[in-house]
Amino acid sequence: MNLLESFRSGVQAILANRLRSGLTMLGIMIGVAAVIVLVAFGQGASNSITGSIEGLGTNLITVFPGTAGGSQADANLTVKDLTVEDAVALNDQVLAPDISAAAPTKRARVSCTAGTLSHRTVMVGSWPAYFEISNSEVSEGGYFTNSDELDGRRVAVIGKTVANNLFDEADPIGKEMTCDGVPFTVLGVLVSKGASGFGDQDDTIIAPLTTVRNHLTGIGSLDTIAVQAASSQMQAQAQEQLTSVLDARHDVEAATRDYQIFNQASLLTTVNQALGIFTALLGAVAGISLLVGGIGITNIMLVSVTERTREIGIRKAIGASRRVILLQFLIESTVLSLIGAFFGLVLAFLVTRVEVAGIQPAIVPASVLGAFVISVGIGLFFGSYPANRAASLRPIEALRHE
Amino acid sequence: MIPVLDLVDVTKVYGDGDAVVRALDGVSLTVNTGDYLAIMGASGSGKSTLMNIIGALDIATAGQYHLDGIDINTLDEDALSIVRNRKIGFIFQSFNLIPRTTALANVELPLAYRGVKRGERRDRAKAALAAVGLDDRMHHRPNELSGGQQQRVAVARALVAQPSLLLADEPTGNLDSRATADVLKLLDQMHDEGRTIVMITHENDVAQHADRVIVLKDGRIDEDRANR
Repeated sequence: MNLLESFRSGVQAILANRLRSGLTMLGIMIGVAAVIVLVAFGQGASNSITGSIEGLGTNLITVFPGTAGGSQADANLTVKDLTVEDAVALNDQVLAPDISAAAPTKRARVSCTAGTLSHRTVMVGSWPAYFEISNSEVSEGGYFTNSDELDGRRVAVIGKTVANNLFDEADPIGKEMTCDGVPFTVLGVLVSKGASGFGDQDDTIIAPLTTVRNHLTGIGSLDTIAVQAASSQMQAQAQEQLTSVLDARHDVEAATRDYQIFNQASLLTTVNQALGIFTALLGAVAGISLLVGGIGITNIMLVSVTERTREIGIRKAIGASRRVILLQFLIESTVLSLIGAFFGLVLAFLVTRVEVAGIQPAIVPASVLGAFVISVGIGLFFGSYPANRAASLRPIEALRHE
Repeated sequence: MIPVLDLVDVTKVYGDGDAVVRALDGVSLTVNTGDYLAIMGASGSGKSTLMNIIGALDIATAGQYHLDGIDINTLDEDALSIVRNRKIGFIFQSFNLIPRTTALANVELPLAYRGVKRGERRDRAKAALAAVGLDDRMHHRPNELSGGQQQRVAVARALVAQPSLLLADEPTGNLDSRATADVLKLLDQMHDEGRTIVMITHENDVAQHADRVIVLKDGRIDEDRANR
């Protein structure tokens, strides 16, 4: 009695009881589909959040003023402001070769009007390099230039949300808008980055730093210096060069540092870790339904063994060993589980084509493989108790069974 | 020559204490190759217990039992299943074919458990079915066959593995008189071919087909006579 024949007799037994087998498979099918779909949604959410973090800027490192430990313990430290000169120093190709660009920013909450429409938003004053650092491209019109910045011209590039709220359907390029009483000319509209995770990334205005400082915020401390590493592999080196340049300029060392660094790469790592846990939890919850499906298999196999006690007796009388009977029932439960897993996979592929709440699920190949391996395991594990029971039936008692 | 069956003082006790039942109480019996033996007795006489022990389905409490020279009492369950497969062909009162499985597959089964290759198995099963006159019913399932036909499939299944002993337990108990005649004729034919047959029955005219009849009573051999 080889494996192929045991397999054939297993399939035969499954086909002999179609409705019952079908319902049992349904349990496994739902379990497998749930695991794959939920993990795919977790992965989809992860992709979407990772995407929006990357939308903030490529290889971005942000410098904030202030001490890391909070205010109370460091009251005796003098906190130096971040200055435009700091940003200039970071652009030094000799001291900081792995920093491709650095731009100071100053933010202002503004209320803008154009014609009869108005909108409240945040205006970022910076240098033209900021467009590249923050991954902000224009879809229409153009950028402001270094001369706009030097001369403090009242020009601005606006995000999609601002464009829609102030200009509705009209083309905003070349139009005027007034922000907190200061008139600006719109030079361009940014490519939409979408809204997720970090709020509406299209609700922004970018204007020359000099203009913002002169007309809106005054000359105070900068809010941040946005720094771009030359490449993602160079993040660590770039951060090192950044701290050595700023430490020298501010005359501080690690313990007394009066600025903070926020590294996008480390944020990504942290967020990905958190999302990984989230996805694993989703998978585990779905795994419970797979477990329930497995218990369904045990249940149905026990019924099957009881129902076929006499058949087992006959088989034993004509020479089936314990092993043969064991194998027959194990294969039956495994085939049952595998067929269920296959349909679960098909179902999962269908369900994950649908986008839910802006998340496009992404099927993780490992979850597909895992679900299959687990369902074989389930067949073997949950089938082993009934199969063992069948194999250890005593032939005379089994033959007497009606 | 080694006898096919050699039972010495075989005793089977069920239960313990006050509820003890001596189903067999010192049965000694020798059956040689080519013998046709009928075991008779009223219900409760120990017929079924004796049949289970002879068929290696159960182990005696005391006494010796050799089948083809093999000491059955010393074997474990897996070894017993091998003995049943190689040495014994069972014919049951209720046919005991595997349901939802064709006649051919039923007959192939003992060979499958023995590890005979598919092609050879099929040929031998077909030949066995032809020998019982069912070559036109090979692909029918048990529920598509009459009782007499089912019992002939069971005979074919018992014969296909060329066992040392055909063990028939009330083979005609569930059959009408015509099918009974068919099956008994088949057994006579097997006997003429030199097979060893042990048949359990409670009907005298069925027992008449055997060469030798033993009658059990209260777990002992009450009568041991030659027919004809």
